[in-house]
Amino acid sequence: MNWINNLTGLQTLVLFSAIKIACMIGVVMFIVAYSTLAERKICAYIQNRHGPNRVGPWGLLQPAVDGIKSFLKEDYTPGHVRKIYFWLAPALSMAPALLTFAVIPFGSQLGSQKMVIADLNVGVLYTFGIVSLGVYGIVLAGYAANSKYPFLGGIRSSAQMISYEIAMGMSVIPIFMLVGDLRLSGVIGYQAGTSLGFIPNWLIFKQPLAFFIFMVAAFAETNRLPFDFPEAEQELVGGYNTEYSSMKFALFFMGEYANMVASSAMMVTLFLGGWTLPFFGLDQPATSLLMGLVHIGIFIGKVVGLIVLFIWVRWMWPRFRFDQLMDLGWKKFIPMALANILVTAVVLWLAR
Amino acid sequence: MNALDYFFYLFAGLTLLCGLMVVVNPFSRNPVTSAMFLVLMMVSLSGLYVTLHAFFLAAVQILVYAGAVMVLFLFVIMLLDLKEEEHRKIKLATLFLGALSVGSIAFILVKLLGNARLVSDAPSAEGSTIELGLKLFRQYTLPFEIVSLLLLVAMMGAILLSKKEIK
Repeated sequence: MNWINNLTGLQTLVLFSAIKIACMIGVVMFIVAYSTLAERKICAYIQNRHGPNRVGPWGLLQPAVDGIKSFLKEDYTPGHVRKIYFWLAPALSMAPALLTFAVIPFGSQLGSQKMVIADLNVGVLYTFGIVSLGVYGIVLAGYAANSKYPFLGGIRSSAQMISYEIAMGMSVIPIFMLVGDLRLSGVIGYQAGTSLGFIPNWLIFKQPLAFFIFMVAAFAETNRLPFDFPEAEQELVGGYNTEYSSMKFALFFMGEYANMVASSAMMVTLFLGGWTLPFFGLDQPATSLLMGLVHIGIFIGKVVGLIVLFIWVRWMWPRFRFDQLMDLGWKKFIPMALANILVTAVVLWLAR
Repeated sequence: MNALDYFFYLFAGLTLLCGLMVVVNPFSRNPVTSAMFLVLMMVSLSGLYVTLHAFFLAAVQILVYAGAVMVLFLFVIMLLDLKEEEHRKIKLATLFLGALSVGSIAFILVKLLGNARLVSDAPSAEGSTIELGLKLFRQYTLPFEIVSLLLLVAMMGAILLSKKEIK
């Protein structure tokens, strides 16, 4: 292992970034695969069924089988589609979800390496920029399909995602007024410790309204029920992915789940204290290798908790109507988020 | 030449190439393709900002313009007759006017760049958000407010135009 010590600064950066990216993608894809199984299992329990239980113990190998099935199915390209966009769209719906993870601190430290791929000083703006690129995957899919139901799905999704992006962006402004730093590691540092001795310093307790708006907007941004209009099976056959088959369809499917994981990770970082827990000194950067691993475990645990919340909401709530969705976004959430900014500013000014 | 220089040439080339493809794409005259190249151009432009260490500007560039181009994209899909657009002939008058405006802009650019002096050590603005905010709200308060007023007027105009009947 002597060669590691002989590397220059740039080489070390490249090497460790590559390792972090590889591990990150591996873990995210694992969570994505198993959240599809969790989705089906939880849905089954809610509806008093068993869910998939034939492949492996408790159906645990189901995601692997699903993957193989997707690869082996015929990859059919209908004759009337716009070819280039038809091939581009699935990739464009998957890539932004994965890019978001670049700035999320998923742990404190392992050795001397900080557990974040790039700790940008505008971390959260980067995330929102990438999220705004995420619309293109779905809209292009709808456009590429060149037939009416996918097209309607794509148009719906663009309206929905552009509207809720605004509410989402505004809901986090109070956070950064409190923290005074756009860097995500700064946000986590702010959330260390407790107030009054037992309440964690997490921003969900200081900005519950912001958390609520952000969470609902995240549901809309990931096209999950109760806001699943782009693929509404009841109305639009299958929505934007109607013309897709095989692995291209699976990419949309995985993109949705990867988006879910990404927005859960964002919520954990912004509101739920990231990799910290306020007990046993777990809110300070790790000094040993074991502590570093525990921090990563805490982060993944919180993310999984939120994913279960996403799934639970999907199977417990009825759907909205499209005009209700627009009303909620523009007439309720944006004014609420603006009021939240104002109140936070006044409180900060008085408390100065 | 260090790594940043390579990135500059990469992003500058990409910006120019994508910008050209927006207006003179030899393979397709589809407006949607132009819109997509516009997005690519915006992204590579923000890459240029990153090489200048202006991270805030880079992030906002993507955030604002990607959304804006999305709206443009929707306009293209909903309002333009794509078939007609693809077969439209270039008229002589249009060509002349286009060449005239491009020529005058090029003249101004060449004139300006010829007189400009290259500052060897530009102040390294690390693009921190706090600095930018202080500059905007202390030094440039009046221009900032005027610009926001202009945006408000544009917004009200759009709402007025989209209303079917004015009471």
